[in-house]
Amino acid sequence: MAKYLLLKHYRGAPAAVNDVPMDQWTPEEVSAHVQYMRDFAARLEGTGEFVDAQALSAEGTFVRSDGEGRPPVTDGPFAETKDLIAGWMVIDVETYERALELAGELSAAPGAGGKPIHEWLEVRPFLAEAPTVTE
Amino acid sequence: MNESLLRELVPAVIGVLVRRGADFAAAEDAVQDALVEAVRVWPDDPPRDPKGWLVTVAWRKFLDVTRADTSRRHREVRVETEPLPGPGEAVDDALQLYFLCAHPSLTPASAVALTLRAVGGLTTRQIAQAYLVPEATMAQRISRAKRTVSDVRFNQPGDVATVLRVLYLVFNEGYSGDVDLVGEAIRLTRQLAVKTKHEEVAGLLALMLLHHARRPARTGPDGRLVPLAEQDRSLWNTRLIAEGVDVLQTALARDRLGEFQAQAAIAALHADAQTAEETDWVQIVEWYDELVRITDSPVARLNRAVAVGEADGPRAGLAALAELDPALPRHTAVAAYLHERDGDPVTAARLYAEAARAALSLPERDHLTRQAARLNARLRS
Repeated sequence: MAKYLLLKHYRGAPAAVNDVPMDQWTPEEVSAHVQYMRDFAARLEGTGEFVDAQALSAEGTFVRSDGEGRPPVTDGPFAETKDLIAGWMVIDVETYERALELAGELSAAPGAGGKPIHEWLEVRPFLAEAPTVTE
Repeated sequence: MNESLLRELVPAVIGVLVRRGADFAAAEDAVQDALVEAVRVWPDDPPRDPKGWLVTVAWRKFLDVTRADTSRRHREVRVETEPLPGPGEAVDDALQLYFLCAHPSLTPASAVALTLRAVGGLTTRQIAQAYLVPEATMAQRISRAKRTVSDVRFNQPGDVATVLRVLYLVFNEGYSGDVDLVGEAIRLTRQLAVKTKHEEVAGLLALMLLHHARRPARTGPDGRLVPLAEQDRSLWNTRLIAEGVDVLQTALARDRLGEFQAQAAIAALHADAQTAEETDWVQIVEWYDELVRITDSPVARLNRAVAVGEADGPRAGLAALAELDPALPRHTAVAAYLHERDGDPVTAARLYAEAARAALSLPERDHLTRQAARLNARLRS
């Protein structure tokens, strides 16, 4: 098994096919979308492939150390940031092909007009632990 | 209470329940319930016959569940209280359980999870922690696996090779969590080796022992990967090495070579060298030739190229490497190593950095990055 991150971007990914901002959907369409996500996660739990799903707030702050004994420096939020992560799902699957298949399904979550969004998701493999046998 | 003793009894107790007519999934659940009770009761009131105690309690749990189910569904109890007659009785129950849990109808991950639970006696929570997934996910993986094998007859003879692949997976991906999967894999393989005299079981056990012997030297205090040639060999566990060599020699004497024996032989040759320079690379190449002949595995060919590089020089290693698919995992890392040995640090540094980007594990990536950094620092000065 290998773990993959299915990454959803607010910004930074190519435009979705059904590219209507969520606040322009009807409330029922929003509910249908949320329900699809829940069902998807529940189904993956059932197949023994679910690890984690989280959504992130759109607003964030940049932080860096400013040296010992000093408070950290903060900056932002930056409206012009090119890439913005909306959330993720982590799956644990048998093959890379299976990861792509699931990402494809997740991308087809319903959006405006009840039609699939066909949004772009980024699939990133986790770095694993080193195997015991090395030569 | 001795937990390892308790867990050793698990497969046999499941076997007794199945032989009395319980289906495998229900038997397995009942034994898990009995284990929970044993952990609670035994410290204050240790049984004289632990196995008998577990059988009694598990059987009662099984009957409770069955009766509840039956009354709910208004169905007849189809459970027999006596062992089933038939030729299966002579078969080792625990051995049958190994076969069932590694059944070819299961995916490798399902077989691993089911083996750890039903043969190893680990709890679902422990298995989930070991593989870094939520407990609910692991519980589903296990119950799906049980459903998959529910129609397999318990007396059906199995294939040792499938069992060995599962145990090898547990060993090789034995992540360093709270549950020592490497130790568990060795325990289960040892147990299997007692039950069957199959040479490849011995081969796998030897392979595990020989690799496990080097474990203390494989990582530095900061967790970094230490390559074989740089390991402090005084940290190797000589007792495990001696046992591994012994197990291997007995297996090899039967003259039925297989991939695990060949791999163990390579590990034994490494273990035999007091220093990296004393390594008998010529013999190691010969064993890789055997391994390639048996498995035709691209990974074996890649490792063979490394060995050729040591035995006949880096040019020969690079020539062997040139015949292989560059898309193979670790191909670039091997090329980097051979180019450095061939006196081309510029190419080696570039390839190490490239290999780091393609690494599949974090310790490996850090190691390769460090190699690239080392060469780049030398090239700058």
